[in-house]
Amino acid sequence: MAKVLMKGNEAMALAAIKGGCDAFFGYPITPQNELPEYLSYHMEQYGRVFVQAESEVAAINMVYGAAGSGARVLTSSSSPGIALKQEGISYMVGSELPGVIINVMRGGPGLGGIQPSQADYNQITRTGGNGDMKVLSFAPENLQETVNIVKESFALADYYRNPVMIAVDGLLGQMMEPVDMDQPVETREVPPKDWAATGEAAKRGKRNTIVSLHLDPYKLEEHNLNLQAKYTKMIENEQRYELINMDSEPEIVLVAYGSMARIARSAIDALKDEGIEVGMIRPISLFPYPQKAFDALSEKTKTLLTLEMSLGQMLQDVRLASNGKHRIEFFGRTGGVVPETDEIVSKVKAIMKEAV
Amino acid sequence: MNKTTEKLIVAGFGGQGVMLLGQIISYTATEASLNTVWIPSYGPETRGGTANCSVIVSKESINSPVVSECDTLIALNEPSLKKFESKVRQGGTIIVNAGLVKEYSYRDDVTVYPVDASKIALEIGNLKTVNMVALGVYLGATGLFTSDAIEKTFEKIFTGSKEKLIDINKQALKSGIEAAQA
Repeated sequence: MAKVLMKGNEAMALAAIKGGCDAFFGYPITPQNELPEYLSYHMEQYGRVFVQAESEVAAINMVYGAAGSGARVLTSSSSPGIALKQEGISYMVGSELPGVIINVMRGGPGLGGIQPSQADYNQITRTGGNGDMKVLSFAPENLQETVNIVKESFALADYYRNPVMIAVDGLLGQMMEPVDMDQPVETREVPPKDWAATGEAAKRGKRNTIVSLHLDPYKLEEHNLNLQAKYTKMIENEQRYELINMDSEPEIVLVAYGSMARIARSAIDALKDEGIEVGMIRPISLFPYPQKAFDALSEKTKTLLTLEMSLGQMLQDVRLASNGKHRIEFFGRTGGVVPETDEIVSKVKAIMKEAV
Repeated sequence: MNKTTEKLIVAGFGGQGVMLLGQIISYTATEASLNTVWIPSYGPETRGGTANCSVIVSKESINSPVVSECDTLIALNEPSLKKFESKVRQGGTIIVNAGLVKEYSYRDDVTVYPVDASKIALEIGNLKTVNMVALGVYLGATGLFTSDAIEKTFEKIFTGSKEKLIDINKQALKSGIEAAQA
């Protein structure tokens, strides 16, 4: 199919429709408003459900309810709105309910600002919810990758019976880029939702109940071990990443995701023009973190430079993934400031100077 | 397109059609199977406040979408000129709506096209076409796309109740191209 020029937020909305989203529940917040706006027009055309809830908390609990009935459900918000939804997300994980959450990140903490940020890394990977919980999460770098992941995510959520979060920063939400909305994506064999509360107890011969409450600690522990087994399966099967300019086994390797990775790509090109080779690991999945990429690093790689639009959140995962094998450096901007290519180039040169 | 990559900043008052001007370039680039990125400023802008967007068009894949240094600046008023003038690369181009700029000492290492786009738009009969006059000046100055390609984009995006705007926008585009070549 030919590419069409679309705004990130609208492209994600259309991708959700194409991915089989049955229902959307959300509450407005900048910089993701074009997403619900688009769905408010178009969901009805496809005979699907769109509700603007009275708050983020209401929206995520509507997601819980609709997911419990077996529907493919989406909500979207931005950083402080996602924080408000954390209780509901924890309940979804506890009740093993699938659902897709799109987070168009902005600066924090608190209400913060509305400019692009990646400062939700900890909120996404460590989660703001209670309990031994994990959310399968992806952070694409351009609109094509974003659209494909959104389309795929509904089946992924069903497959794991777990929420999936797609995190982009405000830049990706607001930008327009040509995108092919009909690229084929991976599908999953998903068993029938015989657990769903559909009001058909008589037909089924048993009543389905959906709860996250287990008062017997041994039963709750067993439930947690089952959840843990799912997270382990995600770690085995869902690590996604891209390696950039790694053929020369460079001494310095950048680690960056989302918009920051695109800026880092420009820095890699600029350094190459000066005869300096640096590589990059670009995590696409945030949980599971792409440990495999770090395990496969050449012995010639001595330094990992973590780049973030936040102040050292992914840095912790880079340290864990390196497991003491590398010198770890960091550069980040935050609060909605998007760094320029030159800042990364200067940081790399400063590291090279120190190393001599 | 006559070069590998073009980086552009468009700036003006909110309501002057700055965003649409940039989008039309990106739509035209998409139609030509080129890579493009359009990014709006999305601060708490209001009508009468300042607005800007950046556009990259490239034959190569676009890495950083951020425009730190541009080839061309289209400034539809004086505050925008002052704000973004320093972002234009040496040897770059500045297109400025001269009617809204008082005496100004321009940089001497760039090519400046001072065109009173507001006046031309008024002569055409609709001040709102000021952005398309400026787009015409841009085409005349850089030759990035043909006017045919831009006109096709008009026909694609001005649909329904906006269809009646196609002719006046074509006229504005043509006047801009002529002004650039004058």
